[in-house]
Amino acid sequence: MLQDERLERGAILVTGFQGRLGLRLVRALHRTRQVVGLDARSGGALPADISNFALDPLRSAANQAFRLHELGAIVHLGFIPEHVRSAEERHSYSVRALERIFEYAAQFQIPKVVLLSSATVYGPRADNPQFLTEAAPLLGGARSAELRTLVELDMHAQSHAWRSSGTEIVILRPAHILGTVQNAASSYLRLPVVPTLLGFDPMLQAVHQEDVVRAILLALRPQIAGIYNVAGPPAQPLSRVLRLLGRKSVSIPHALARQALGGLFMARLSRFTSDELDFIRYVCMVDDSLARNKLGYEPAYSLEQTLAVVDEARWVP
Amino acid sequence: MAKSTALARLRDAALRSGVPLVSRAIDVTRKRAEDFSRLLLGDDFQDRVEWLRRRYNSHGGDPFGLDPEVAKGAVTVLSFFHRLYFRTESHGLDNIPTSKAILVANHSGQIPIDGAIIGSSLFLDPSPPRVVRAMIEKWAISLPFASTFFNKVGQVVGVPENARRLLNMDELLLVFPEGVRGIAKPFARRYELQEFGLGFMRLAIETGAPIVPVAVIGAEEQYINLGNLEWAARLLGIPAFPVVPQILVPGGQLPLPTKYRIYYGEPLRFGGDPRADDSVIRDKVWLVKQCIQDMLSRSLSERQRVFT
Repeated sequence: MLQDERLERGAILVTGFQGRLGLRLVRALHRTRQVVGLDARSGGALPADISNFALDPLRSAANQAFRLHELGAIVHLGFIPEHVRSAEERHSYSVRALERIFEYAAQFQIPKVVLLSSATVYGPRADNPQFLTEAAPLLGGARSAELRTLVELDMHAQSHAWRSSGTEIVILRPAHILGTVQNAASSYLRLPVVPTLLGFDPMLQAVHQEDVVRAILLALRPQIAGIYNVAGPPAQPLSRVLRLLGRKSVSIPHALARQALGGLFMARLSRFTSDELDFIRYVCMVDDSLARNKLGYEPAYSLEQTLAVVDEARWVP
Repeated sequence: MAKSTALARLRDAALRSGVPLVSRAIDVTRKRAEDFSRLLLGDDFQDRVEWLRRRYNSHGGDPFGLDPEVAKGAVTVLSFFHRLYFRTESHGLDNIPTSKAILVANHSGQIPIDGAIIGSSLFLDPSPPRVVRAMIEKWAISLPFASTFFNKVGQVVGVPENARRLLNMDELLLVFPEGVRGIAKPFARRYELQEFGLGFMRLAIETGAPIVPVAVIGAEEQYINLGNLEWAARLLGIPAFPVVPQILVPGGQLPLPTKYRIYYGEPLRFGGDPRADDSVIRDKVWLVKQCIQDMLSRSLSERQRVFT
């Protein structure tokens, strides 16, 4: 029970907090809790009461972020290495950083670690059931190198969950997060003319960035552990999403789109890889009933609000 | 001046006599079209479509992507085949429970027209209408247009999780347990039920859904299949490659206009353990299969002609 008390009172360490979602989380947390931020990137203006460590988590100096405060929980949003590295390096860096977080959690007996994973780890596949439960295999890595890293992180946290008895581990797998965040889904919907695949119109599931922040806050409560899918308002066909956003779209045959995107990516003209096309080809939707029942999570934003947030292009901190 | 006056007079005359003629022609055509569409779709088609919209447009829409407008279009096209081309007779519609149920039917006819006709007949014939959700082959989902179309008319990928969820939503599920084995039979083996899969029985026991046996007569004769080329199917990556000579005759690509007769049997309920051994489940499946085979044999012996 001592650990529960520590979880309720102790400081919350947020890794990768200089990202756009991270800053939102920190702002939501800092009025009620002491917040420690750890990120290799240094960023802009922050609320004064946030202890900010601009450190690479793999360096031994990073241990002061854990040592100087009595931490109640760690929220791991992930690290983005400072300089551009190869996909291979990014992969090993991410996995080693997560491993280091778990080492610190064990060393300082931190009661809880929350990992923000993603529903994309299940992978978009033709034979996916319409609603994937938490028990579904993580097949996202079968095609995409980016997803392979996410899957690896998720699995790594899972293996820790049954090895470490002292730390509660929560893995959140949200559907496509929409907002001012710079992820593939939001960037895709922000395109002035949105390319779609000719003859494909899969159901898309999205979640508002603030709903994800709330899900993280809910996961920080005591006695909550395990894996939770997080989804937003009811899923809609891609064509309807684009209609609601008032976007023009152009349909491209899959084979052509795959070639073109591959070329554009190689030439660094596109941030989307050709493997990501599967997300607008097949379904990758989650069943969030566990989060609703055990976490008490319920999306607060309607479909229109969730979609409209991608257009808040100029982001005011 | 004289010229323009002559032209003007001609125009006036044309307007006086021509417009009523044209508008009468339009009226007659419209009346004919309405009569025709009433013949195909029935008097209460609009009510049925309204029912569809109410059911699937509320609460953020159908989670599987059923689009009432696309479904309406599909039923409109299918109604021609249902009423005029195959002149479907449905028997025993009262046997279908008002909530969830699994329709288990024999599969035949080289292409799955039987499923489409069952779907359109259940939307157009009973009151209130019923929407049939069938499970489609996984490989069809990777085809452009087909996958989108199937989803929008309410068909879902054939995995057990989807079936379970649909039944929990009180939907009507259509299953062809023979799968490709049934649909791609050569003509010589018509109306012989092939081996049944066991999945539907486990699902029925688990969800408590009754099983409605369905016998479809008429689909076996629509395409005469002389045999299957296994190597061609393997080469093209499709489930079967039937040899159907009639498609070489002009117009033979369309199925032969046989008369469809669909029989819905009394619902069967099964209990027990859904995770029981295959042998236990197989015994129960055998009962369903036997029931459908009996319905087929009885109806075939009553049938006088194939085309009328």
